[in-house]
Amino acid sequence: MNILEKENKLKTLEKQIEALGEEKAIEKIKEEIKNYKKNEMTKLTAWDKVLLARHQQRPKACEFIEYLSPDFMELHGDRQFRDDPSIIGGIGTISGTPFTIIAQQKGATTEENIQRNFAMPHPEGYRKALRLMQQAEKFNRPILTLIDTPGAYPGIGAEERGQGQAIANNLMAMSQFTVPVITVVIGEGGSGGALAIGVANKIMMLENAIFSILSPEGYASILWKDASKAPLAAEEMKITAKDLKDFQIIDGIIPEPPGGAHFNKEAVFKETKTSIINAYNKLKDLTGPELYYQRNYKIRQFGFLQRFNYDNLGGNDSDIYKNIRNR
Amino acid sequence: MNDIKRAINHRKILKQKLNLIQNELSFSKTHKMDVPKGLYEKCPNCEKTINKKLNIQNDYICTDCGHHFRMRAVDRIHYIVDRNTFIERGIGYITLNPLFQHDYEDKIAKYKKSTQLDEAYIYGHAKIHGRSCVVGVMDSYFLMGSMGSVVGEKVTKTFEYAIYKRLPVIIFTASGGARMQEGIFSLMQMAKTSAAVAKHSRMGLLYISVLTHPTTGGVNASFASLGDIILAEPDALIGFAGPRVIEQTIKQKLPEGFQRSEFLLEKGFIDQVVDRKDLKSTLAKLLTFHQRTNS
Repeated sequence: MNILEKENKLKTLEKQIEALGEEKAIEKIKEEIKNYKKNEMTKLTAWDKVLLARHQQRPKACEFIEYLSPDFMELHGDRQFRDDPSIIGGIGTISGTPFTIIAQQKGATTEENIQRNFAMPHPEGYRKALRLMQQAEKFNRPILTLIDTPGAYPGIGAEERGQGQAIANNLMAMSQFTVPVITVVIGEGGSGGALAIGVANKIMMLENAIFSILSPEGYASILWKDASKAPLAAEEMKITAKDLKDFQIIDGIIPEPPGGAHFNKEAVFKETKTSIINAYNKLKDLTGPELYYQRNYKIRQFGFLQRFNYDNLGGNDSDIYKNIRNR
Repeated sequence: MNDIKRAINHRKILKQKLNLIQNELSFSKTHKMDVPKGLYEKCPNCEKTINKKLNIQNDYICTDCGHHFRMRAVDRIHYIVDRNTFIERGIGYITLNPLFQHDYEDKIAKYKKSTQLDEAYIYGHAKIHGRSCVVGVMDSYFLMGSMGSVVGEKVTKTFEYAIYKRLPVIIFTASGGARMQEGIFSLMQMAKTSAAVAKHSRMGLLYISVLTHPTTGGVNASFASLGDIILAEPDALIGFAGPRVIEQTIKQKLPEGFQRSEFLLEKGFIDQVVDRKDLKSTLAKLLTFHQRTNS
């Protein structure tokens, strides 16, 4: 039974209360619901987490922003082609500090989803994000990015306008910033399209969010020529927050209520806010070059490999960092 | 007296020549590619059968229609750098299996055997028309030249070595993208290599990226697109998403020539499309333009 089926069962249990109306029965079923939530809804497989990360009712980026900074002001456009609605960008204060906030926005309804292109950004979206982040760098403002995308949009227009180049530019520019960059993966983190706004000093993930190189369906269909084996692929790909924390790819996990974030949005928002503020407090006392160094050191460590040490380079990485001229 | 001198001189020259030959031998020994089976192959463009030997002599260009065949990394190095100047660096990396994918290790072993390479990328110190530079080449015959932890690490090391020696970097890309068998680690190599390019760039050094068939996915969206100068071989497939994925998404056929070098030139994403024949001289020219005066 996967998580969506469990959720349906929970709903049928809840409906029984209305049908019965007797107080004793109500209490009995309420007890049953409580137990069910406690026992069944917390046992999640990797595939369950994929389903939760894509859940229709999962809180979207703009709800997070609304809670985090009520005075958020959206800024539009990449100044070159058009405004990409799948990426939201702007400025807002989070507990007194102005942040530049960049987020990928899924739609709550089908119409909104179509308008937002299912949170699959075009190159102009990434260029808008870059423009706003460079602005943040200019005014020495910390950056917060919220990731929730299936991936960058694969379409003719996107390719014509240089999807790869836009993502590459973002990756390069983000590694160079001298302001704190904090990233939270709130839902799906799909491949390069997610990473393009996720090169950060601190990367955090919601408990049921995923961050992967490609969708489990894609993995299954390429490796086993069978997209229906996606649940198995999800397990094998190690895409959950816990796995990534073990791999030291991310720095923190933000807990969610049993059954997913949509059961208690308020609690999730609150947890997210405290995590962001904690992360920021750790970073705010660092100087610009220190932030640059910290981020680059972190990026440099990514990888899972071994080496015989017989090629003497004649200088190690720390020498190279020393050689880089200060800005 | 004179005769003795001449004899000594002669021996010296002989020794030098021998050394040269030995160097070349050891190089081709460590990088022996598997000999293609059969004498003829079909050109995928004009569908004519061509003599393989002729094809190799012609730098893997179809003698009939000028189609550029895929080139192995070792051939590419032989072809592009001055004789006996290539010193390979970054040897000894071992690819691991972080996701415990059941047949990944076998696959790697298989490709190691067939290509005689450690991984899908090699780099080293070399000279092109007498000018020092760091040359890196991806091999699309090694698991589609996909970028895993080791390839990412080696690309990063390429730039770090170039920073240390203050040299320009030339990278020939040929890759299907990030290697999915290594999961999130492959994805993170995009950030790692891009950061390395940025460091190199901040030192005021030159990076030329040469895109060959095919350059897609995670490699296209990281270091391949970040060159100061981006060249491409004719008719190479270059793009972020693969054509099949795009066709499935938009549910229509793609126009002819979509995502090819000439298309990208027209859209303004590469500096020039250069024929393989002119590639070496073009690179030498660019290196001369960017030669640093003593300061």
